[in-house]
Amino acid sequence: MVDPSVPDAFTIGQKTYRSRLIIGTGKYKDLAQTRAAIERSGAEIVTVALRRVSLSGEDSILQAIPAGVALLPNTAGCYTAEEAVRTARLAREAGLTEFVKLEVIGDQRTLFPDVEETLKATKILVAEGFTVLPYTTDDPIAARKLEDLGAAAVMPLAAPIGSGLGIRNPYNLRIILESAKVPVIVDAGVGTASDAAFAMELGCQAVLMNTGIAGARDPLMMAEAMRDGVRAGRLAFLAGRMPKRLYASASSPLEGMIASPGG
Amino acid sequence: MQITVNGEAREVNAELTVEELLLQLGIKAERVAVEVNLEVVRRERRSERRLAPGDAVEIVSFVGGGAGW
Repeated sequence: MVDPSVPDAFTIGQKTYRSRLIIGTGKYKDLAQTRAAIERSGAEIVTVALRRVSLSGEDSILQAIPAGVALLPNTAGCYTAEEAVRTARLAREAGLTEFVKLEVIGDQRTLFPDVEETLKATKILVAEGFTVLPYTTDDPIAARKLEDLGAAAVMPLAAPIGSGLGIRNPYNLRIILESAKVPVIVDAGVGTASDAAFAMELGCQAVLMNTGIAGARDPLMMAEAMRDGVRAGRLAFLAGRMPKRLYASASSPLEGMIASPGG
Repeated sequence: MQITVNGEAREVNAELTVEELLLQLGIKAERVAVEVNLEVVRRERRSERRLAPGDAVEIVSFVGGGAGW
């Protein structure tokens, strides 16, 4: 899937991707819909969770993941650094990948990250050779500390997981973006395509979402909308928007009017 | 001997290996991870790792999920 000739490739760890949309694989109707959503979103990285196998032998999520799409195992559901590290080690063994979306949750109601535990886990996992992508708050200091510990990206939330509230604090994201030397990926809170475009317009390198697609009335159509929203936002960021002005500025020439203005 | 597998007590033959346990349970071994007493047993070591009475075995695999589950 990776083509080195692609302009504006997205690099994470040592790998490059064309798509800047990373999607979760939860909450879809079935595996067929999961696969169709991945395909239609154009995502080249998808995140998966780790759970005990059912001894009744149900179908594996891996069947829903198209060939060439990279796995990003996550530690979703972990509440301590210890649990997250344990989960990450198992995920590496199961998925044969060093990538991990590190998630240490502080509270069931808000699903906000526990930054202290996330920092602890990041330190351990980086030392063990993982490519750590930590989910964090939109706190610039937390982002800087994660980067200093060797995180391969920082993934601040836009709004609580599954809330669909959009980019609640673009100013904090801008501060994080100003100083980050690793990719900044908005993770959680994106509710519709304009949210994704907005995140990209701010200069984020990628957007990660699950419920924004899976929770739409038509998830497959929304997968495509998110693909285009991310792309549009990225292009707008690269293009550099026009300056805002208080007054109008005509975009048609004033010369050659059939009647002179006021005459 | 008795061990626990994913939290449930199970009676198995003495000196069973991790590989044999997976086979007995009918679990496709390629994309699962196995942990015995909190230590990951790498796939290349499954055939030599023997279980002992009271061992706590966890067998996990990927499921659909984004965050917060």
